[in-house]
Amino acid sequence: MRGLVTFLAALAVIALGYWAYHQNIQTQTAIRQIDRLQMAIGVERERLSVLRAEWAYLNRPDRLRELVDLNFDRLGLLPMGPEQFAHLDELVWRPEDRPEPMDTEAGDEILFSASEPEDTP
Amino acid sequence: MSRRIALRPLARILEARQKGENPDEIERENLARRHEQARDKMRQRAESRLLMLAICFFAAFLTVGAKMTMLAGSDPEEPHISVAGSSVLGARADIVDRQGRVLATNLVTNALYVQPRDLIDPEAAAAGLAEIFPDLDEDWLIRRFTSGSTFAWLRGSISPEQQQRVHDLGEPGLLFGPRDMRLYPNGALAAHVLGGARFGEQAVNAAEILGVAGVEAYFDAELRDPARGAEPLQLSLDLTVQSAVEEVLAGGMTLMNAAGAAAVLMDVNTGEVISLASLPDFDPNARPRPLLEGDQSESPLFNRAVQGVYELGSTFKIFPVAQALDLGLVTPQTMINTQGPLRMAGFAISDYDDYGPSNSVTDVIVYSSNIGTARIAEMIGTERQQSFLGELGLMEPTSIEMIESRAGRPLYPHRWTDLSTATISYGHGISVSPLHLAAAYSTIVNGGTRVEPTLLRRDSPQQGERIISEEVSAQAAHMLRQVVTDGTASMGEVAGYEVGGKTGSADKPNPEGGYYVDRLISTFASVFPANDPQYVLIVTLDEPSVMMLGEERRTAGWTAVPVAAEIIRRVAPLLGMPPQDVDPEVAYQLTSASE
Repeated sequence: MRGLVTFLAALAVIALGYWAYHQNIQTQTAIRQIDRLQMAIGVERERLSVLRAEWAYLNRPDRLRELVDLNFDRLGLLPMGPEQFAHLDELVWRPEDRPEPMDTEAGDEILFSASEPEDTP
Repeated sequence: MSRRIALRPLARILEARQKGENPDEIERENLARRHEQARDKMRQRAESRLLMLAICFFAAFLTVGAKMTMLAGSDPEEPHISVAGSSVLGARADIVDRQGRVLATNLVTNALYVQPRDLIDPEAAAAGLAEIFPDLDEDWLIRRFTSGSTFAWLRGSISPEQQQRVHDLGEPGLLFGPRDMRLYPNGALAAHVLGGARFGEQAVNAAEILGVAGVEAYFDAELRDPARGAEPLQLSLDLTVQSAVEEVLAGGMTLMNAAGAAAVLMDVNTGEVISLASLPDFDPNARPRPLLEGDQSESPLFNRAVQGVYELGSTFKIFPVAQALDLGLVTPQTMINTQGPLRMAGFAISDYDDYGPSNSVTDVIVYSSNIGTARIAEMIGTERQQSFLGELGLMEPTSIEMIESRAGRPLYPHRWTDLSTATISYGHGISVSPLHLAAAYSTIVNGGTRVEPTLLRRDSPQQGERIISEEVSAQAAHMLRQVVTDGTASMGEVAGYEVGGKTGSADKPNPEGGYYVDRLISTFASVFPANDPQYVLIVTLDEPSVMMLGEERRTAGWTAVPVAAEIIRRVAPLLGMPPQDVDPEVAYQLTSASE
């Protein structure tokens, strides 16, 4: 009887030792992974800021203006002007696109900005 | 525990007495035995205590020893925080416009430095570097490399291409240190607002960036605060609007042959400066050096809209008129004597043209009568005029968030005579910046409450103190509208936007005394739409001169007004304002890509 208790106790010590060691190893692996990820996040952040800067640089108004001038034949883009605001009743609807009459009063202005994509060729 | 020994046991004493012995001997003997017993007990206790102490010391030394063995046997490791997503960032915060578009950001580049003792072939390295960086002198480099110094900076920040070429030289003595470089991706756009930055303290693997002008300098501490994290500084500027304003203003400056130009576009309710331009400008990525001699106001670094104080002429006329209306001294229909010239303290005030013996207050503004305004100022009196101009913020530097704002201190006479009152009423004898004028106009037309110009984005109107009544504010806006429809600013009409405004053309003061005859500062202070004022636009041209209708024109009506009108035409749609009450058949033909 006493021998069995000793044996079981020894077994428990071995099992607990294994468990503790295993946890320790796992924690260390996790910490190393966090380090790696944080390093990666830092690198990605840096890349993101470079991309953002590049995006801002490529979208600078001077460059866009030059591109508009260069491609005027094809795109015919002009600066946005007051004439590009339109009333709803000025639009020419294709028969199948005509929306249901809306519940608006006569004075309501429904405006379409010029930046809405055109779906007609 | 042994039994306590009795000193005089009765049995033995009786026995001894019978034998005729001295019973005291028995007592002595027992006393000695008792002492012996006590001594034994004490020794035993001391021994066990010693043993206990020895065990404690042994355990303590064992612990210390084990810890020492562990420390000696393990690898040294930096303690680190393993909390993910830390929000402390070392980089300087970005600056963005009101829609979050980047105005200033950081780019990681490299600084180039040299450790001359590691150079294999200093001459070849110098020749190679001189080829990569044309502004480095080869002889200077060779002297630097052979002077025995151990370290020298060569360049603050270099591009990746340049870095590759330096790599290709294959010199182990040429080394790179990472650098955050301040980048203004839009180039010269809003240069005066942003200011610029430079490197402060430098170390091999980092350098601090310091703002030197504009908002970069004003918000330097906030932008550098690591606890700010990645949160950018959001300005009230709109990149697209700013770009359109600068484009039109630059075109106008060229057309009108002006030496300089400035424009301020301000929201009358929130006080947000949507656009602030000063020409000529500069590229903040390569900020030019300040002028070492001569007039600083000729440097491109000079911000004409904030630092430059000018006599802005007739644009001031709306102030005495609004004040007189608010005080109840006049109504828009009151007739004012405009018979000229008006003589005062040996000085004659005259008008550009003869507008007849009398005009209504509205017509004094519409035809810009100096005499009429001077008469109204006379009614108001010096003290009330001074305090009103002070309430409009025209007597002290603006509170805008730029370090240059303190330099834009208004100039006005120390001795404010009656003549000063008369001339200041039409904008002569007092110098303010275009930004001052924008803020004062906003206050006049927004319903009459004080606004302070700001460069930070705000979402709600400023609830400033009331300066004039709402009714007077509406009357003033209506008068300004009539200046465009019937008066001196007829070129300012933009269909659908009800532009109102006041022109001002003031002779430039000659630094040697007096005024130039043929050099003007032409200003147009405009409000749109005049029936519900939303924005104030100030356009100032420095020394414009243009041939129009066979005559050389310098006054604002011919120069600043058309430029301002074109700016409004371009900018109002960008601000999301549709044209009001326009017959599209007449004013604008709908253009469509589908036709």
